[in-house]
Amino acid sequence: MDLTWSDEQRAFRAELRDWLEPNLAEWRQQIGGSEFSGDTRQGVAQQLAWERRLYAAGWSAVWWPRRYGGRDGTLWDWLIFEEEYWRAGAPQRVTQNGIQILAPALFELGTPAQRDAVLPRMAAAADLWCQGWSEPGAGSDLAAVASRARAVDGGWVLDGQKTWTTRGAFCTHLFGLFRSDPDSQRHRGLTYLLVPLDLDGITVRGFGRLDGDEGFAEVFFDGAFLPDDAVGGGVVLGEPGRGWDAVIATAGAERGLLRSPGRYQATASALIELAAAAGADRQSRRRAAEAWMKAEAFRLRTLETVTVLDEGGAVGAEASLAKLWWSELDIELHELALDLLGPEAELEGPWSKGHQFALAGPIYAGTNEIQRNIVAERVLGLPR
Amino acid sequence: MRFGLDGDRVAFRDAARDLLARRCGPEVVRAAWSGPPDPRPWQGLTEMGVLSLMAPESSGGLGLDETFLAPVIEEAGWAGLPQPLTATALVAAPLGVADAMVATDLGGPLVPGAGYAEAFLMETGGGLRLYRRDEVDVEPVDTVDRARHCGRVRPTGPGAAVTADPAAAARAFDRGALGTAAELVGLARRMLDLAVGHVTERRQFGRPVGSFQAVKHQLAEARLQIHFAAPAVTYAAYALANRLEDASPSVSTAKWLAGRAAAVCGRAALQCHGAIGYTVEADLHLFLKRSWALTRTWGDGDHHADRVASALGL
Ligand SMILES: Cc1cc2nc3c(=O)[nH]c(=O)nc-3n(C[C@H](O)[C@H](O)[C@H](O)COP(=O)(O)OP(=O)(O)OC[C@H]3O[C@@H](n4cnc5c(N)ncnc54)[C@H](O)[C@@H]3O)c2cc1C
Repeated sequence: MDLTWSDEQRAFRAELRDWLEPNLAEWRQQIGGSEFSGDTRQGVAQQLAWERRLYAAGWSAVWWPRRYGGRDGTLWDWLIFEEEYWRAGAPQRVTQNGIQILAPALFELGTPAQRDAVLPRMAAAADLWCQGWSEPGAGSDLAAVASRARAVDGGWVLDGQKTWTTRGAFCTHLFGLFRSDPDSQRHRGLTYLLVPLDLDGITVRGFGRLDGDEGFAEVFFDGAFLPDDAVGGGVVLGEPGRGWDAVIATAGAERGLLRSPGRYQATASALIELAAAAGADRQSRRRAAEAWMKAEAFRLRTLETVTVLDEGGAVGAEASLAKLWWSELDIELHELALDLLGPEAELEGPWSKGHQFALAGPIYAGTNEIQRNIVAERVLGLPR
Repeated sequence: MRFGLDGDRVAFRDAARDLLARRCGPEVVRAAWSGPPDPRPWQGLTEMGVLSLMAPESSGGLGLDETFLAPVIEEAGWAGLPQPLTATALVAAPLGVADAMVATDLGGPLVPGAGYAEAFLMETGGGLRLYRRDEVDVEPVDTVDRARHCGRVRPTGPGAAVTADPAAAARAFDRGALGTAAELVGLARRMLDLAVGHVTERRQFGRPVGSFQAVKHQLAEARLQIHFAAPAVTYAAYALANRLEDASPSVSTAKWLAGRAAAVCGRAALQCHGAIGYTVEADLHLFLKRSWALTRTWGDGDHHADRVASALGL
């Protein structure tokens, strides 16, 4: 046990901190006036400018190899990056689904040519990736995917529909699961494909999430032809028919095995400030302290997880425990803030917005009921 | 950066775990309900050096710190060790009080182990004094967890000053709260282990009850609480050992989370046992009742949440 940062790590933090403040200020000046949410068209445009700034300075994915736009950083650097990023009040990352879900799959199963083609453009926010897993008939039961990919000469023909695709209306590419073997059942015969969204035969319709922002999309495939070389290195990630393995191999990344504690610490600090400013009564101060302690517990557990991974260990189904914790924590932090705001809580603003977003936490990335099933069966070993 | 116990600490903890597995089974905890506890687990811990681990080398101790002891105390919690290990090894020993089983009123007015402790560390006007057994009057009380052998203790003799420094007394309290948090995590784990064992064996409707989702989800929730309380205990031990600025609030965070974990695990374990858990014949109650007591001593949840609130400037 040694909780001191090395000189290098401290220098890294200082460099980042020095960069963030003036650059955020400049960016805010550049976009002028109001900052829109990253789940709106205007917001995405604003944040692309921000993402490109991050990339130019080498901050977009610090833990990636340099050749893909990273800094050869460790998981500790990732942790420091996240702490500073959220502390500075920087915007949510519109590149996040690519960076957090597709990239780990590429590192695990992609070919060098695919990595070269996809990762640098992803880091630079030249391409924006969305996740095309869910369908109207396949939510929790992802193995019920019915969208089809038919192998033809030189590529694939896609038919079907994806939905609840985050930022689908603003993205350039989709990574998705398609049934490539029409006779297959469930987990077999699925292929993980990388799909540019500007192909003929693809229609994207954005629609409002709970907060009304156009953050969701339906993506329709009507005989769209996906050429094998539509993405450098090929459009199939892993092997055809083995898409499920790729999903499982990287499920932990999405559940937030490595979901940044910095984000919740920043929310918890804002909550503490709000409680202090509101002159909260004893009961509310206590609740604020309780929520803060849960954020602290998440930070400490993450330090332990990073230590295990850093030393070559595996974490596995425990990612589900992390997901349960951060999603419930996020709601608690926001609900308490709304309670402190009282009748003013209904105003549109960061807390009411954040509250609505927090409520999605127990639904996406595998619902919390599904996570509890996983914990019970794979962590506790209870019978199926 | 490295968050986790190193090899020495793991080995030491595992040795204690093995010893307790051999000498402090549920039958030993149960027997302590109707008489003084079996001395063998305590002797074993003494021989291992657990009791004097944190005593200064000048008083014959090992001069080690909380990061060694807290994991052992968690194991004692798991085992349900009846004797006052936290009071003796973690609260008193670092103050130079060695070679005696110590009971204390720092955690609350009902002093656990008062029925048989050899010495009493008592709070007196900001400082701490140590009394021999023949220097106190002990009024035994009936508690829900009878294995604790609590009593109300009143000094009758002069005793000896241990420290007059309020800061040292405050640190002693923090160490006690840390030890109690560690015990609670151990108890929470034990209750969950018992529940998992039970629901895997017990069959209804032709299947193990542990295959029902309502049961699974309760136990998953219980596991969740342990998963996030345990690192807080590890951190609090480190913060105390290194005298970090946030040592006190980190102890409070640990105690609050551990108390909650034990409460959630206790309720889930009892519910998932059904009526068999609602008896004094199954082992569950031995640990459940201990957890009820520990949650509300050495500062209850509200006390520790309030301490954290003030540390945060609220
Ligand atoms: C904000 C947000 C963003 C999203 N972004 C994306 C995205 O970018 N790409 C994408 O592909 N998808 C995305 N999704 C969709 C998400 O993956 C699904 O919502 C999720 O998998 C749950 O599926 P469902 O909505 O169909 O709910 P259902 O599966 O229909 O579940 C309904 C209820 O039944 C419960 N339930 C279902 N099965 C079980 C079971 N076996 N045991 C116990 N309870 C069960 C669920 O827990 C839930 O409470 C997003 C969702 C949200 C809310």
